[in-house]
Amino acid sequence: MSDQRTGWTEQKIEQGIGNLLRVGVIIAAAVVVVGGAVYLIHHGREMPHYRIFRGEPADLRSFSGILRDCLQWRGTGLIEFGLLLLLATPVARVIFSMIAFAMQRDRVYVAVTLVVLSILLYSIAGGRM
Amino acid sequence: MTFLSMRRSLIWRGRSTISLVCYPIACKQLTQSPTVVALNILEFSTVVWLGSIAAGFLGALTGLGGGIMVIPMLTLMLGVDIHYAAGAALISVIATSSGAASAYVREGYINLRIGMFLQIATTIGAVVGATLTVYIAGSSIAVIFGAVLLASAYVSLRRLHGPTGADRPDRIATWLNLDGTYPTPAGAQAYHAHRVPAAFATMFVAGSLSGLLGIGSGAVKVLALDWAMRLPFKVSTTTSNFMIGVTAAASAGVYFSRGYLDPGLAMPVMLGVLIGSLTGARLLERTGIGTLRRIFVVAIIVLGIEMIYKGLTGRL
Repeated sequence: MSDQRTGWTEQKIEQGIGNLLRVGVIIAAAVVVVGGAVYLIHHGREMPHYRIFRGEPADLRSFSGILRDCLQWRGTGLIEFGLLLLLATPVARVIFSMIAFAMQRDRVYVAVTLVVLSILLYSIAGGRM
Repeated sequence: MTFLSMRRSLIWRGRSTISLVCYPIACKQLTQSPTVVALNILEFSTVVWLGSIAAGFLGALTGLGGGIMVIPMLTLMLGVDIHYAAGAALISVIATSSGAASAYVREGYINLRIGMFLQIATTIGAVVGATLTVYIAGSSIAVIFGAVLLASAYVSLRRLHGPTGADRPDRIATWLNLDGTYPTPAGAQAYHAHRVPAAFATMFVAGSLSGLLGIGSGAVKVLALDWAMRLPFKVSTTTSNFMIGVTAAASAGVYFSRGYLDPGLAMPVMLGVLIGSLTGARLLERTGIGTLRRIFVVAIIVLGIEMIYKGLTGRL
């Protein structure tokens, strides 16, 4: 009875979150499109290098480096910023789930969600084993 | 890091099965250029973008996901190092998972508690897999990838079905409050979750594969939910979609902070797969295309065998 009621509100919350995530993906894609255009205008005539794996330069591995590149209107920095926005959408989903569990006063699952969230943030913040 | 370097150059090589089976656009180019055509970044990005649209489309139709289709396209056809391909594929997995979230939620089957609890296993697995991936040679990763591709195709054809309904509750599942209900025309139907440790272990494997190969491991996740936990099929697939994005984000986080995410490659892949998978999902909604799906799955089996063969012979 009460279970059905909470199920309904949970469904509504989830629907809102789903729409929010879609907006997030659209914004991220738009940033990537702009960055891609800038990148192709400046580097389109060069040769790609993907046959040998080298990894990215240091300025594309940190938030501050990406932000600096964005302000200088550099294509790669803008694309990476868009990718970071995209990376934020699942993180947002986990945070919203935690709020939903907290509203239901489900302490066990607030703790479970906190564990997941910390692993996520650990990995994005440069997790070293 | 010479052990990671590929012996291939970025040229259109002789014919590869993938281009014959799946990518007519590339096929046309191939026949026009018998052996060597070097592409600049603009041309390369366009080819990758078109290929990613095709991959996302196929991924949606077969239910395997765009990420798992993008990797053979990039590695077999374009000679991209598999580590670069994995990073770009992860980005497309996150994009499709988050972009399609509202559609899955609308169906009302997601079990948030099961998803979140098992997410502990997948995210830890993802971090471990993503950390290990650069220490493993590209050819070995190609072999593992091929095997996972074959297994996924098998799962998608067989559609495992665990018995549900009037079964006894499981002690651990009850303690963790994992049981739930799902909507049916006759009202809410209750179900029990089973074998939590087995599902947790399978999810750890799913996470490691995600980090190692750059995929969402949707098939392995459905395996854990459907076969181990014996959840209703709709609950398994929607909960799996919820988990795929978070798992891929845990993998992609490591890829990002270590500098394995190349913006120039991720850009056309993300935009292409997003367009392709949305189109594929829409087509899937309108028509029941059982036979078409089976044909594509057979094509994917060919791809899996080619990946294993090229990995074993050291050509990838």
